[in-house]
Amino acid sequence: MITVLDGGISTTVQDLGRFGQYHIGMPPSGAMDLFSHEVANALVGNDSEAATVEMTYGGADLRFEGDAVVALAGAEMPARVDGDEIPTHEAVRVESGQKLETDFTTTGARTYLAVAGGIDVPEVMGSKSTYTLVGIGGHEGRTLEEGDELAIGENGVDREAVIGNSAPEARLRDFEEIDSVRIVVGLCDYRLTDESRERLCEIDWKVTPEADRVGYRLEGPELEFVEREQPFGAGTDPSNVVDVGYPIGSIQLPQKPIVLMRDAVTGGGYATVATVISTDRDLLAQVRTHQTVRFDAVTVDEALEAREAAQADLDAIRDALE
Amino acid sequence: MTEARIERTELPEPRYEFGGDDHVFVELDEAMSFDANFQAMAITQQIGERDIEGIVEICPANASYMIRFDPDVIRPDAMVDELREIAAETDIEEYSWKTRIVDVPVLFQDPWTHETLMEFRDRHQDPDATDLEYSARINGLDGAEEFIDAFVGAPHMTTMVGFVPGLPWCFQMVPRSEQLEVPKYEQPRTNTPSRAVGFGGAFSVIYPVQGAGGYQLYGRTPIEVLDADQRLPDFQESIVFPNPGDILNYRPIDRDEYDAVREEVEAGTYEYTTAAVEFSPEEFFETPHEYNEEITEVLYR
Repeated sequence: MITVLDGGISTTVQDLGRFGQYHIGMPPSGAMDLFSHEVANALVGNDSEAATVEMTYGGADLRFEGDAVVALAGAEMPARVDGDEIPTHEAVRVESGQKLETDFTTTGARTYLAVAGGIDVPEVMGSKSTYTLVGIGGHEGRTLEEGDELAIGENGVDREAVIGNSAPEARLRDFEEIDSVRIVVGLCDYRLTDESRERLCEIDWKVTPEADRVGYRLEGPELEFVEREQPFGAGTDPSNVVDVGYPIGSIQLPQKPIVLMRDAVTGGGYATVATVISTDRDLLAQVRTHQTVRFDAVTVDEALEAREAAQADLDAIRDALE
Repeated sequence: MTEARIERTELPEPRYEFGGDDHVFVELDEAMSFDANFQAMAITQQIGERDIEGIVEICPANASYMIRFDPDVIRPDAMVDELREIAAETDIEEYSWKTRIVDVPVLFQDPWTHETLMEFRDRHQDPDATDLEYSARINGLDGAEEFIDAFVGAPHMTTMVGFVPGLPWCFQMVPRSEQLEVPKYEQPRTNTPSRAVGFGGAFSVIYPVQGAGGYQLYGRTPIEVLDADQRLPDFQESIVFPNPGDILNYRPIDRDEYDAVREEVEAGTYEYTTAAVEFSPEEFFETPHEYNEEITEVLYR
């Protein structure tokens, strides 16, 4: 059992996500940076499916009511167990009664806490992920607060054996160096003028404070749409299309871009013009408010190569732990 | 009442577009039409029936559809090839599907949406009118009452569900010449009451939860479209009520009925009035008004 002493800024229980419900408006949710979620799980001997605690910027303070093995992965977040600093990307022992305290992330935005056995919350529609908008999944469908109690699951792993596991640094992401995320241009990009389509990839977009699990709102110069007589049912604004489904990672242009993240709105009538590739959605999730980011247009094949490279890194991390 | 049939719309070649490496978006038309929507429904149903390995989400939309897939299982190009093949084999003329018609009581010009729309007049095209008065005027109708009559005069088909869980986008089942069309607010509102009934573009919607919104506001329904706790009997299988393809029949009610229904909903005892319909696009296109009357009669029998 873990008792929450301080919930932090936005701390939720997440897993790989909830699928098969998009057609009723239910986004997948799940860890914003799936790569780091998987690394955290691997370090403590969990399957990828085990639920972790996603902490945003400021971490949570927790007290362990039993012996446990934990690992932090993702953004660099200084952490202490009963005052002694613990490393990121390494499985460490926490004894019953000890407190895990965290400070603000120094690079990156989100840190994942995995506990050997996983965070044990009930599955809702096939997932343990929290979706706060309608209040389902995770711990009571919401962000963690002081006084909450989280149960730890059992996975039969020898806890003693995983202590000291650490991830090879060469395979980890350096969030300080994220200056661009790769996108595949398309969907309704015909709505943009040729000039604006080019500018999309030339501009340094600034991440605004309105960047959360639903979407990253970006600040930059206004892009222009091709003038047209709006088709029936689309609405009058030049950015309007007849309402479509929005891919996770897609960039919509209500004027300033919004990149949809894992708690996305699933559809609507704003033109979507490109999609962040699956691998780089993890990276974007680590870009902090006020940082800038560029879009780098790639082909679908290049997106697949990037996906394979990320998978190879994860496999190498898992291999190093065996 | 005109005897107009629904004119068939010739759809352009569909556009297959990649959403990154794990989504395919298929635009059937840039404009809304029953043909585009029924095509999206028919194809997505076929995709569902084929049980293709690697498909994660199948999402019909108004005049398009979207597939999410696992690129480790099926490559994006192969996914598009499958979709093209299914599209080539799908003909909505030979198609009918089982759906349901649903009674949706609405208190038009209710105090809650009225308060909200008055609060946001500065974001509206016509700050001196209500949303209903404005909608009536730009559709050439004589005032709010006449607009409501047109709005409830024929059922609306749920052509897409999304934005947030349970929000139905609905397209009225009338010939194009009778269809209402209104712009969305110039700037979206930061607030909308839950269960508000709105209209934007050519779509009516019911807002599941309180939140932002840009559609014109006309009324409020006492019934839920989202029940996350699954307290109501009609939500036993899913936390949302509407499904793509459902036919909603908006019915004007007075405050007494609104309060009575609301009481039952809050007690967790309210049961939705629905009837099963075998929907045939061909029959509907041929004589839409007659067809609508037949299916609504079944509902209130």
